[in-house]
Amino acid sequence: MSDPTNYSRRFFLKSTAIAAVFAAIPTSVKAFYNDVKDFILPKKSVLLIKISVNKKMHDIKIDSRSTLLDVLRENLDLTGTKKGCDHGQCGACTVHLDGERALSCLTLAAMVPGKEVTTIEGLSAGNQLHPMQEAFIECDGFQCGYCTPGQIMSAVACVREGHTNSVEEIKEFMSGNLCRCGAYNGIVESIQKVAAL
Amino acid sequence: MKPFIFEKAKTSAEALKLKTSGKDFIAGGTNIVDLLKKNIAQPDGMIDVSTALSTEIKLSERSLNIGSMVRNTTLTTNSDLLKNYPLITKAVLAGASPQIRNMASTAGNLLQRTRCPYFYDVTTPCNKRKKGSGCSAVNGDNKMSAIVGYSDQCVAVHPSDLCISLVALDANVHGVDSKNKQFTIPFKDFHKLPEDTPWLDNNLPQNALITHIEVPKNEFHKKYSYVKLRERTSYAFAMISVASALQMDGDTIKEARLASGGVAHKPWRWHEAESYLKGKKASDEVFKKASEIVIEKVKPLSHNAYKVPMLKGAIELALRNAVNL
Repeated sequence: MSDPTNYSRRFFLKSTAIAAVFAAIPTSVKAFYNDVKDFILPKKSVLLIKISVNKKMHDIKIDSRSTLLDVLRENLDLTGTKKGCDHGQCGACTVHLDGERALSCLTLAAMVPGKEVTTIEGLSAGNQLHPMQEAFIECDGFQCGYCTPGQIMSAVACVREGHTNSVEEIKEFMSGNLCRCGAYNGIVESIQKVAAL
Repeated sequence: MKPFIFEKAKTSAEALKLKTSGKDFIAGGTNIVDLLKKNIAQPDGMIDVSTALSTEIKLSERSLNIGSMVRNTTLTTNSDLLKNYPLITKAVLAGASPQIRNMASTAGNLLQRTRCPYFYDVTTPCNKRKKGSGCSAVNGDNKMSAIVGYSDQCVAVHPSDLCISLVALDANVHGVDSKNKQFTIPFKDFHKLPEDTPWLDNNLPQNALITHIEVPKNEFHKKYSYVKLRERTSYAFAMISVASALQMDGDTIKEARLASGGVAHKPWRWHEAESYLKGKKASDEVFKKASEIVIEKVKPLSHNAYKVPMLKGAIELALRNAVNL
């Protein structure tokens, strides 16, 4: 008489593996079907746009869904502008549009033609750093450096706008740029330094 | 993100011609682009109206007209606004970040969607995102949700600061509908309560465009205040906000306006407290009584009872700040 509880370890592993494979097939097929339906079958809309970045014109082909941030980084290899949250909450992607600070992650590239884009790469004059870049180095305005391009673009605009009358005012008008290392004191100091020039 | 076709309209007439129910307008993009990324908005087409609409601010004898494409930052630097309608400037400066204010349009600010966490989490039920799927916040994490005017189908709040000042100042929303007919909606009736149609945020006709916001001339430019309480001192949505505006005759309050954000599905006016204040001599005692009248109306949810004393204090503070200005 065989004992019904006497299953071998091998039998257990084999049967579980087979069951797992069969259980996974319907979900993976379904996921694949959904991907086909949502992303492969709908034809993406391609646009030809002309944009000016750091005073240089570019004719590029983009997907209508592209953000300015992705176009800068992926199409134009201007990887100085960083992708932090990609949802407009951290400020790492800050660039200037016609001289005013804006978030490139919430800007559709298709809406940029006609505007002048300035990125961190366009700030220095050749090897001569922008005064704000010099100040960030001198005042320890960063640690890991990931938020720094966005901080510097925002800081340059903050000085230009004249919101540098007090530490509180600088903090309020720099609140759209987060720094996880907490280099805020150095950032404020850099801005005060440039504002006093 | 679902693929979409992109079109640019040169005029509002052209924008309305291009518009179908499957397409969305885009102006500043600060909210819609995020909604596209999260697959909450899934239009077949986007119509760029950023160069089709008015960017003018016009001051006349009777009112101030703000073009729908005026950027939020412009509302903080325009001299006519600063002089005659400083409450609007104060409210706008309390919202978002300089980058976002540079991008965001006036009409877009009115039309932004709620920031209820369940609305943004596509894995959870949300009647506002998906009709009839249920409300996760009503019995869930409703720390940031409404304390007045909600229904069992939606407890979301409207996130704008600008709108709180506009409802306090009895503004009007002007627009043009799909048949090119002009219309006007009083600001207090522009946004709606969730009731049993929480997927609709406002009473803007389908496929219509906002052309401008009209703020009637008033005498509230001397005594006003905007108090915003949030989890950090800047760049966060309101837990509670209060716009107060008083027209004084010596010590006596001739007219009062009180409105709040962070409390309801729409920018909320405290009419009973306003009527109480009218004709009273301004004093801490009177302001305290007004704040008591305000909180009589509210009914917090499971996680936001803290908003009641916070609102009471914010009302008193906003009234005191207004007279001491």
